Formats: sequence, structure tokens, C-alpha cells
Amino acid sequence: MTEPRIPASYMTPGNSSFADFLATSAPDLLPSRRALAPGSAAELAPHGTTIVAVTFPGGVVMAGDRRATMGNVIAQRDIQKVFPADEYSCVGIAGTAGLAVEMVRLFQTELEHYEKIEGTTLSMDGKANRLAALIRQNLGMAMQGLAVVPLFAGFDLETGIGRIFSYDVTGGRYEETAFHSVGSGSMFARGALKKLYRPELDAEGAVTAVVQALYDAADDDSATGGPDLTRRIFPVVHVITADGGQRMPDDEVAAIADRVVGGRMQRPDGPYAALEGATTTGETR
Amino acid sequence: MSMGFGGYVSPEQLMKDRADFARKGISRGRSVVGLQFADGLLFVSENPSAALHKVSEIYDRIAFAAVGRYNEFENLRIAGVRLADMRGYSYDRRDVTGRGLANAYAQTLGAIFSSGGEKPYEVELFVGEIGDSAAEDQLYRLTYDGQVADEHGYAVMGGAAEAVAGYLKDRYTEGAALDEALRLAVAALGHSPGGNGAPGADRIIPVEDLEVAILDRTRTQPRKFSRFSPARLAAILGDRTPDAGAETSAETSAETSADTSAGTTGGTASGAGTDPAIAPGEVGPDAGEPPIAPPI
Repeated sequence: MTEPRIPASYMTPGNSSFADFLATSAPDLLPSRRALAPGSAAELAPHGTTIVAVTFPGGVVMAGDRRATMGNVIAQRDIQKVFPADEYSCVGIAGTAGLAVEMVRLFQTELEHYEKIEGTTLSMDGKANRLAALIRQNLGMAMQGLAVVPLFAGFDLETGIGRIFSYDVTGGRYEETAFHSVGSGSMFARGALKKLYRPELDAEGAVTAVVQALYDAADDDSATGGPDLTRRIFPVVHVITADGGQRMPDDEVAAIADRVVGGRMQRPDGPYAALEGATTTGETR
Repeated sequence: MSMGFGGYVSPEQLMKDRADFARKGISRGRSVVGLQFADGLLFVSENPSAALHKVSEIYDRIAFAAVGRYNEFENLRIAGVRLADMRGYSYDRRDVTGRGLANAYAQTLGAIFSSGGEKPYEVELFVGEIGDSAAEDQLYRLTYDGQVADEHGYAVMGGAAEAVAGYLKDRYTEGAALDEALRLAVAALGHSPGGNGAPGADRIIPVEDLEVAILDRTRTQPRKFSRFSPARLAAILGDRTPDAGAETSAETSAETSADTSAGTTGGTASGAGTDPAIAPGEVGPDAGEPPIAPPI
């Protein structure tokens, strides 16, 4: 493998964005620069479904189910939809799987590129804004049915807390408090988290809450996959604290998922939440 | 330099002048040491600036170090990061190799050196890459004219390269632990051989003036590059006393870079070898000549 002389565009001073560099020197590699034939392309590719994120004191947890669907068909049972973006943040994707994975790769490269060029990491808000810019460029495709809707979470080293950002297809960026969910099963997951979330949860408690929420999403949304006990396929869970982020080992997730499933054997609708404001006592157990 | 008849300058003279120019610029800077240790590659330089780095990360297993003109090697560093990220993005992370990068740098430096329109770059570079074992580690050294040398064990470039390399030559051992390798490299950078039989006075470089970074294969992250903070350096280096037995080794030259198997390119240094007043810090055999690219 011999390289010719480094092209002039590589030696030209520019900004620290890899996406901007791609736009000038290899625009065809940008996911958003592809010309599509008119009409909807929504049925052509698998879709990823539910992502859940929860903050806890000292960090944040993000989890995604493992199912990708194409219409009524389960396209993949063990797809990964939560990815590390850099050492202190992660991104989960719902929407057109192929495009979303490509966008995640671009976003990962974008953050790493900035870090190497500048010698420092972007701020948490800076990362969230860069992701918004990448999604905004995809609006044309989103209008043809190829929408990508990520959820971004990370540990903010400046303030020392976990933070969650959600997006819309136009690149709108919204910071969420405490917890959030995106994707087809998100409303069920969010409903579950409303009842299960406690601000004082520790990391393991937060993981249990997201696994419970994903169970509820899978319970009511056909496109979301629940824990697959026969194949031992469990959600991908990413935990980020001041020490950095890592994917929780499968056996640890499996242990929590087994406990959640065990509880559902007793009570399929999940744990009781305390019923405040009732005249009769709501505490039946 | 001398002008020929009627303004004619022979190609030999032209290249010699350009080489002299580049070497002068490089010899003004402080040295950088690249050194293999048990778990990877270590880069140490004397650099009072905490913001303007001489050693940097290029990719997962690839690092870059440079001496010479800052704006020029910074330009090359950014080009290298772009090249690596572009390749990793369009192919895969594993397809980014140090050899590819070293070749791209060599072609670029060689082309700039031999083109009449551009001023030669006053830089020398290291491109280091670690493999899964020490035997697979690579340390390439590139000179201003685009020549590549595949170094083994250790290599030095910059102003006092000869003295530093001479110190390392007597003391370097393969497969040393990180702490040991770091102490050796720092001592070598502070070494001054003295002259004419007079013992040199070794300096103790304060930790704040050291820039140290490693490619460490034991890191669990895919990105193996890490920098050392002054606190960590102080903990490893501890109390230092100058090496009393600073033997004079005036004729000890930098490591001979006879190994041109790494795809030495450039091929434009003809005539550069005839310069008797070689600046310190040049690769070359004991005659004091820079290596000349084999005829193509």
C-alpha cells in the first residue's frame, strides 16, 4: 500500500470538524448527501425501535432493545442500537437502522477528530449541538421516510452530572430531565419510567428501571423486542459515570433481566407503584 | 552559497543548499526521543509549552512526534489525523496503518523538498505504531527530504540528537519496563557530553518542561495513546541526581539508519551527502553523512 503525496485539501487549514472536512474533500461519503429517487423509501430498510435513558446521581444509563423490524417482519433479533460516542457519552438510535448506524459512525469520528486536532474534548453541549447539526442535514431523507432520531446521553465533566438530550428530525435539540425514551415503544417505556423512576437510584437501580421500561415497551409495542430468554439476548446497556462509559457486561444485564422477568411471572404488569391521593389504602402489598 | 557561471546552479548545489537550510532549522530545536519499551512505544521531549505539543495521537495505535518548525509539523500532524480518520471512516479502523501514514508523509516531504517552488520543510518526524506484541511495534523516522528509516529500539531527532543517542546507545536495553525506560529517556535528554575531554554537566529537566506520551498496548480502550501529567511524571521519576559518569563520546553518532526497507522514497538527496559541516542531529554513518536514498 503506497500513498501518493497527501492531497492539498488535507494540508489546508480548516476547522476541527470531520463532517465539514468530508463535505469539502469527499462529499459522497456523507450520509446526508445521497440523492434519492422521489417517493417514500420507508419500507426499504429495517427500523430500530426503543431507546431508554435514565440519569442517576453521578451518572447516566442508556439501554436499547435488540429488535429491528421491516414491516411485520423481524429483520434482526440482536441488533445493537446503543453505541459509545466517546469516552463520556453514548448515543442510541431509533429510525432507519442503516442510516442511523452510519450517522453514529460519523458522529464518533467527529468527536474523536475534534479531540485529536484540538487536544481537548468538546463540552457536553458542544457534542449535543454537533449531533443536532448532523441530523439537520438528514432532513431531506427524513421526509422520504428515512428518519433517524437519536437519543444522546453522557456525563458532563464540568458539572459532574449525567445529562440526556433528545432530538427531532429537523435537528431540534432538547435537554431532558431525569429520563427519556425515543422510538416506537417510547410512550410505553416513558409511562413505566414515570412510575418507576426515583431521583436517588444508584447505577444498578437505574439499570433495573430501564430494563423494566423496555419490558413494558415490548409488552405493548410489537416492534420492540423483550428479553429473549431462549436465545439469551438481552438489552444493550451503557453506563457512564465520572470514570468513563462502558457497556455493561452481558451476564450482569442477564442477571437483572432474569430478576425482572421473574417478577413479571408473579405480576405481568410489573411492580406496583405507591398510589398516593387515594382515600382507601392503595398499598395492597 | 556559491553561484555558478552566469547564474547557473547545479542540481547538486541546489539540493545541498536546500538540505543545509532544512538541517539548520531542525538543529535549532530541542530533541525528541522515541523508545520501545515492553508494552509499547514511549516518546519524550523537552518542551516548556504545555499547549503546543510535539507528540500527538494520530489513531488507535499510531502516534506522531516532530521537531523543527511548529507551523509546518502541525500542518503535517493535522493532515495525518485527517488521513487516518478518513481511511478509518471509509474502510475500517483496522485498515489505518502506520506504514501507510509514513509513506504518505515521505511522499509529501520528498515532493516538497525537490520542488523548486516550495521552501523545504524544516521538520523531522516520528511515526510510531504498536502491534499486539513488542516484535510488531514500528518506529519510523522521516527526514525533511522524505527519507524513511525503520528504527529499532530507540531513535532521536532534533538539536542534540547525537549526544542523546550516544547516551542511549550505551544504556538502552530491550523490553524494559515503562518506568525504567522513561527514566533512561529523560536522563538522555538532559545529557551533555562535554567537549575536548572536559566532562559535560548533565541537566535535570524539570517535570514541567517534559512532554511525555506513550502508546500502551495494555490500555483496555481501543485508543492506546496517553499523555503523562507532570504529577504522574514526578511520581515515576522521583528524586533525580545527574549522572556523574558522563563519558565523552564525541564520535558516537545517531543510530545508523541503514535499513531502508521501509520504502525509502524521496530520492532527491543526491549531493546532500557531501556536506562536511553536518548539523548535529542528523542520521548517518560515522562519516557524518546523511543517508542517501538508493538510486531508483
